[in-house]
Amino acid sequence: MECLLSEGGFPLSLTTDPATATDALRDGVLASVQEALGDMIVDSLVKPGDDIWARVRTESWKEAAARMRGLGFSYFDFLSAIDWLPSPFGRGEDDPTEPAPVRDSTIRRGYTGGDTRLQLLARLVDPTTSIGINLKADVPDDNAHIESWTSVYAGANWHEREAWEMFGITFDGHPDLRHIYLPTDFEGFPLRKDFPLLARIVKPWPGIVDVEPMPGGEQDESAQDGDAQ
Amino acid sequence: MTLLGDRQQLSYIASQAADARVNLELETEGMTLNIGPQHPATHGTLRIIARLDGEQVVWVDPSCGYMHRGYEKLTEVRTYPQVTALVNRIDWLGSFANEVPFILAAEKLMGIEAPLRAQHIRTILFELSRIANVSLFLGDLGVQLGAITPVFMAFRDREYVLNLIEGATGGRFHPNFDRIGGLKDDLPAGWLDETRTVMKKLRRFCDEIEDLLFGNEIFQSRTRGIGVIPRDIALQYGMSGANLRASGVDWDLRRDQSLPMAWDKVDWKVWTHPDGDSFARCWVRLQEVRESTRIVEQLVDTIPAGPVMTKVPRIIKVPEGEAWVCTENPLGEMGYYVVSQGDLGPFRVKIRSASFNNMSITPWLLKGVYVPDIVTILASLYFILGDIDR
Repeated sequence: MECLLSEGGFPLSLTTDPATATDALRDGVLASVQEALGDMIVDSLVKPGDDIWARVRTESWKEAAARMRGLGFSYFDFLSAIDWLPSPFGRGEDDPTEPAPVRDSTIRRGYTGGDTRLQLLARLVDPTTSIGINLKADVPDDNAHIESWTSVYAGANWHEREAWEMFGITFDGHPDLRHIYLPTDFEGFPLRKDFPLLARIVKPWPGIVDVEPMPGGEQDESAQDGDAQ
Repeated sequence: MTLLGDRQQLSYIASQAADARVNLELETEGMTLNIGPQHPATHGTLRIIARLDGEQVVWVDPSCGYMHRGYEKLTEVRTYPQVTALVNRIDWLGSFANEVPFILAAEKLMGIEAPLRAQHIRTILFELSRIANVSLFLGDLGVQLGAITPVFMAFRDREYVLNLIEGATGGRFHPNFDRIGGLKDDLPAGWLDETRTVMKKLRRFCDEIEDLLFGNEIFQSRTRGIGVIPRDIALQYGMSGANLRASGVDWDLRRDQSLPMAWDKVDWKVWTHPDGDSFARCWVRLQEVRESTRIVEQLVDTIPAGPVMTKVPRIIKVPEGEAWVCTENPLGEMGYYVVSQGDLGPFRVKIRSASFNNMSITPWLLKGVYVPDIVTILASLYFILGDIDR
């Protein structure tokens, strides 16, 4: 990145070039995971010096967890979900007096891809090596059901309750699937992208009436090449 | 010990049997005890519904959400620099420590690193947050057991640390001082000397608490062997921080992962305890405050000169990608899973807060304990409501 040139002799960017770097440790961990999980893994990724990602098949979500636990990933870090649909409300900065703008609703997915809108995301860590792995799984659009992890990792209980109320993903086999944060009669799934953030809709964002050009905004020419030079 | 005569022994056995029969024949009615949402032992608004059989707990149902603020949704309509103002309010006693992993995640996605001096100052402020946070825990611990004095000492000495944080950042509780690429400002003149003095005071505070509280017989009998969490259960529930190390797991994210922070440049020790009971959890935290004062002192002595901010564009756009960064916060592991789609703000942020996992063990842990132990076990797990509810 051109904006990161060093100044005064201080190396401002210490990160290695990602194109050439390799990570034998994480590659080895992923290899052993692939051996244990076999064709349950749809896709995987290692970013050297950073992290491991793996996407497993929806139907083998629980079996994958059990085998990961057998591999020594005994620490359950978190479980959540991602809604990959771009928000139809943008950043909540629309002018309510204008007609709603047309937004691109093409789904752009992250690492290890995916086929559905909702995706589960969980992280497991091996406490002896501190190497973690991010597991993902597609959740079917028409029938958002997936097996529960509670019988493998007891700590998944609250996380699955949260994912259920926030994303509307039902965990089959969960002993106690009920609301954890929201009131019992709450309707809708707040962390889905098509759930409006009402605070931003009932009261327009003050920024839209602020016509003064922002420093570094589109009218400000010096912002085009950044503040780097 | 006196030896009972035959006749005495027989009558004793008979009375025991009679008692047992009464217990079987009398149909005791269970009772539901409601603790909170407003209760001194809940550090905020946690409600605990406990089903009791006599003095023993049959099951508990912790009910959270009284302070749910929806930060994960709010981050989706904020820009990256604005998010730190939100995450400050998650664990409000160690606010600066909440900012660091988010900023590190954004920096990781952008491929930049803060200058060395900024890394040192970040680490110093991080450890000061830990001292401010955990010293309040040490004082509060006494109150949960009926000892009033420690909390006054804790508030007295914590004030010195808050003054330091205020001196450097301008905010006592919510510094909002960390920036992508470095820090907002350099340290004020004379701050480092003041820090050295305060660290000595805090170590004396630790000694006082250890004398007053940890050596106290009542404290020991109320906490030793109470609320034992085995290693395997602690890992399954994702317990972290001192709670995990008190169960004998030698794992500290400050030591065991490489982050652009200054912990690897100083000499310090990770404390563990094999017992896994309430006493172990409190004891590990006490030692960690001591270690933190040592870390701060060494960093103050070795702080390098140079800029505190690297060059970043004025309008920050983070390249597309996903990043996970976690740090060893005062309450345990705090991490952010940031999904960026190359926009001004994050596409999705998963906030993994320590207390949520630490509290999710309570239905398992409180089963079968006696009512007065509920309060001490909750105190020893040490949660902050903002950290559960986010």
